[in-house]
Amino acid sequence: MKIKIKRYNKEKNEQTTIEEYSVNHNETILNSLIEVKTKYDNSLGFRCGCKSGVCGSCAIRVNGVEKLACKTHLEDEDLIEPIKNTEVLKDLIVSLHHEESLLKIGHTFLNSNSLETITKEDEKKIDRQSNCILCQSCYSSCPVYEVNKEFLGPYTLTRALRYVNDKKESAPLEILKNIQTNGIWDCTLCGYCTIACPQFIDPKSDIMSLRMKSVQNGFEDKSLSAFNSSFDLGFNNDFGFNPNGF
Amino acid sequence: MIDVLVIGSGGAGLTAALKAKELGSKVLVVSKTYPTHSQTCQAQGGINAVLKEDQQDSVENYINDTYKASHKLGKIENIKFFCEKSKETITWLDSIGVPFSRDENANIAQRKFGGTKAKRTCYSSDYTGLKILHTLYDQSIKNSIDFLNEHILLELLVKDSKVNGAIFLNIENSKIIQIEAKSIILATGGYSGVYHQYTTNSYSSTGDGIAAAYRAGAKLSNMEFIQFHPTSLEGKNILISESARGEGGYLVDSKEQRFIDELRPRDEVARAIYKKQHQGDKIYLDLRHLGLEKIEAVMPQERKLVYDFMKLKMEKDLIPVSPSAHYTMGGILTTIDAKTTLENLYACGECAQSGIHGANRLGGNSLLEIVTFGKIAGENAAKNSKNKETVEVEKIRVQEIKKEIEEILKKECKTSFYSTKNELGKLFFNNVGLFREKKKMQKALDYLENKKEEIENLGVADKSKIHNKNLIELLEFKNIYLIAQLIVKSALKREESRGAHYRVDFENEKEAFDKISISIKKEENIEILFEEIV
Ligand SMILES: Cc1cc2nc3c(=O)[nH]c(=O)nc-3n(C[C@H](O)[C@H](O)[C@H](O)COP(=O)(O)OP(=O)(O)OC[C@H]3O[C@@H](n4cnc5c(N)ncnc54)[C@H](O)[C@@H]3O)c2cc1C
Ligand code: SF4
Ligand code: SF4
Ligand code: FES
Repeated sequence: MKIKIKRYNKEKNEQTTIEEYSVNHNETILNSLIEVKTKYDNSLGFRCGCKSGVCGSCAIRVNGVEKLACKTHLEDEDLIEPIKNTEVLKDLIVSLHHEESLLKIGHTFLNSNSLETITKEDEKKIDRQSNCILCQSCYSSCPVYEVNKEFLGPYTLTRALRYVNDKKESAPLEILKNIQTNGIWDCTLCGYCTIACPQFIDPKSDIMSLRMKSVQNGFEDKSLSAFNSSFDLGFNNDFGFNPNGF
Repeated sequence: MIDVLVIGSGGAGLTAALKAKELGSKVLVVSKTYPTHSQTCQAQGGINAVLKEDQQDSVENYINDTYKASHKLGKIENIKFFCEKSKETITWLDSIGVPFSRDENANIAQRKFGGTKAKRTCYSSDYTGLKILHTLYDQSIKNSIDFLNEHILLELLVKDSKVNGAIFLNIENSKIIQIEAKSIILATGGYSGVYHQYTTNSYSSTGDGIAAAYRAGAKLSNMEFIQFHPTSLEGKNILISESARGEGGYLVDSKEQRFIDELRPRDEVARAIYKKQHQGDKIYLDLRHLGLEKIEAVMPQERKLVYDFMKLKMEKDLIPVSPSAHYTMGGILTTIDAKTTLENLYACGECAQSGIHGANRLGGNSLLEIVTFGKIAGENAAKNSKNKETVEVEKIRVQEIKKEIEEILKKECKTSFYSTKNELGKLFFNNVGLFREKKKMQKALDYLENKKEEIENLGVADKSKIHNKNLIELLEFKNIYLIAQLIVKSALKREESRGAHYRVDFENEKEAFDKISISIKKEENIEILFEEIV
């Protein structure tokens, strides 16, 4: 079976190349990558950890679609590439430096405990959102994040809803306040993130919920104005100017 | 100057960092992975605690169960502290946002786990470790904890038995840096990675912190005790949690016959499976009689795992399983205050031998340990740093280490170590695994000794500076190689069977060995001793 891997090593070559290898292991793409690394080229770079779909470190793209390498079968001639919308450091390894700062801006943590009683139903409400493994697949698929690196993006917003909906949180407004700019109103609701998520999380719907909650809590409904400015999005990055960024 | 340097960002490291920060320390967390990539995310089953004392359960029962599982190698005082604090520990996790599953009465739900009759294990669906780890990470962000991710610990800086800092390699650019600190906490996880390709653990569990502590002169303890989990997916080494058997699943052989009471302790079930497999049989987990509805209700995540990784359906197919190395009871010897035998050095989590698990660990006790002792380590490290202005560190070691790494990169790479790593994993699984005997272990030891020169002279094919995983894996493999020697030497000396350590040639537990084993560096040699539990 053949596997094609997009390679990049800036110490050797500024250009990316596509290399083809033949492998025996195809139970998972991670196994195939390990085989390539140990048999053909020790320098192949990729991240992995748990090999069971929970550590979120092995996200890649297979024929253009975001997948976890450890949970995906290899098909003949599959093209493996790094995930998008962040700097490629080497081969399939990308920079993750943005993660901490985006979560920080979003205030996606329990601000202060309400000490309320939590029921089974309360806990169910945040179950799916708290299954996020921070694998970055959704960011790779997001067309808004592609052009605006200040966009808080799908997993930060899903995490925001996880805490807004948490009855333990006594200050959900604090979180809602932090996701108005470069947040929920910038999303085009294209739903790519939902398709990309290996944990069946639905960031698009989460963003819609957050919009509703925001309006209910007196924040301005910016869906219309966001629609207008979305025409300029493609240019924002090039000019370093972001109309939604004040 | 950093007050508290935390090495490792799993559940133990993040808890320690939060506690030290709360006490006003300047904290830095350095880790070879990103926090949420740490192995803690893999824990599914749950975390133990006695939340309410009634006819069902009591702290006393919990202490007894834990001590019994330890086969007299746990330390009563530590176990008592650990169990008595369990409610407080869970309450703290709950208060910072861990979404524990609730029961009908809006209490934290608890289920049964191995080694006890009581319902004592709290959980967050099948994702307990994931949700705890991510909540701790969120809190770390809230509290502005500083992180240096993807930096691998190479060596601790030690002078006159005092630890004053550590040397790391920045994986992103291969630069070597020295970080000085008043207190240092190791929270680097276990060493199941020695059993490469025969373990449920993350690829990062290579015992680096334990190896570094050993090289610095700290006492390690109980390195021979490794827990093998009976049911991991065959060939994949992915865990199928005990709950599958707890809910009524059977273990059957290729004739579809049951051969053991599935609810016996982990080590017994694992040995029964291994024995059958050794006779050429295949073993399966049979859940078909439970029916789709029940399976969907009680183990949806597991069902998904089996489907994703094996393309098998629990309600229709037999699931091939085999035992895998799962948890390492041994580690850096610590006191009830999380202190190691070196000044300024603390350890917590799976890398520590904190006197709780002894010869065997109860399911659900590890997550509780990482949080309980994570807090204690954070607290004591913070206190320790308070009465110091600064520390003095020499710069010689860091220069030497820079040279060593350069040498490795320069070396011509004649043999790749990946095949040796596979070989060693397999040899240890078979010869220093579930069934042990002198002859076989001696063979494993001879193998290690024969490889000495080869391993000392290993080079890497990848010469690049950016994310050189080849180099990182070589450094990890050298740690595996050291730890493997400690395991087999301790196991050879313990001429008895106890808990997870089962010797075919000494089948009984012996009073003379009611002691913990100690591994310590004497000049360049490994010394193994036994110490009373006091
Ligand atoms: C599949 C599975 C299921 C489990 N289920 C349960 C369960 O249900 N209940 C339970 O109680 N326990 C369970 N356990 C055990 C439990 O999860 C672990 O013992 C525990 O999470 C260990 O936490 P830790 O913080 O000590 O280490 P880890 O989470 O392993 O973290 C170690 C950290 O140290 C870092 N590190 C390692 N080496 C270096 C180095 N050289 N330099 C810098 N940083 C380094 C790593 O990057 C990582 O951040 C399970 C384990 C597995 C594998
Ligand atoms: S729905 Fe919104 S967040 Fe999701 S990919 Fe589309 S633009 Fe991005
Ligand atoms: S929301 Fe889904 S795709 Fe995005 S980081 Fe979380 S798990 Fe990954
Ligand atoms: S290796 Fe952890 S998610 Fe794939």
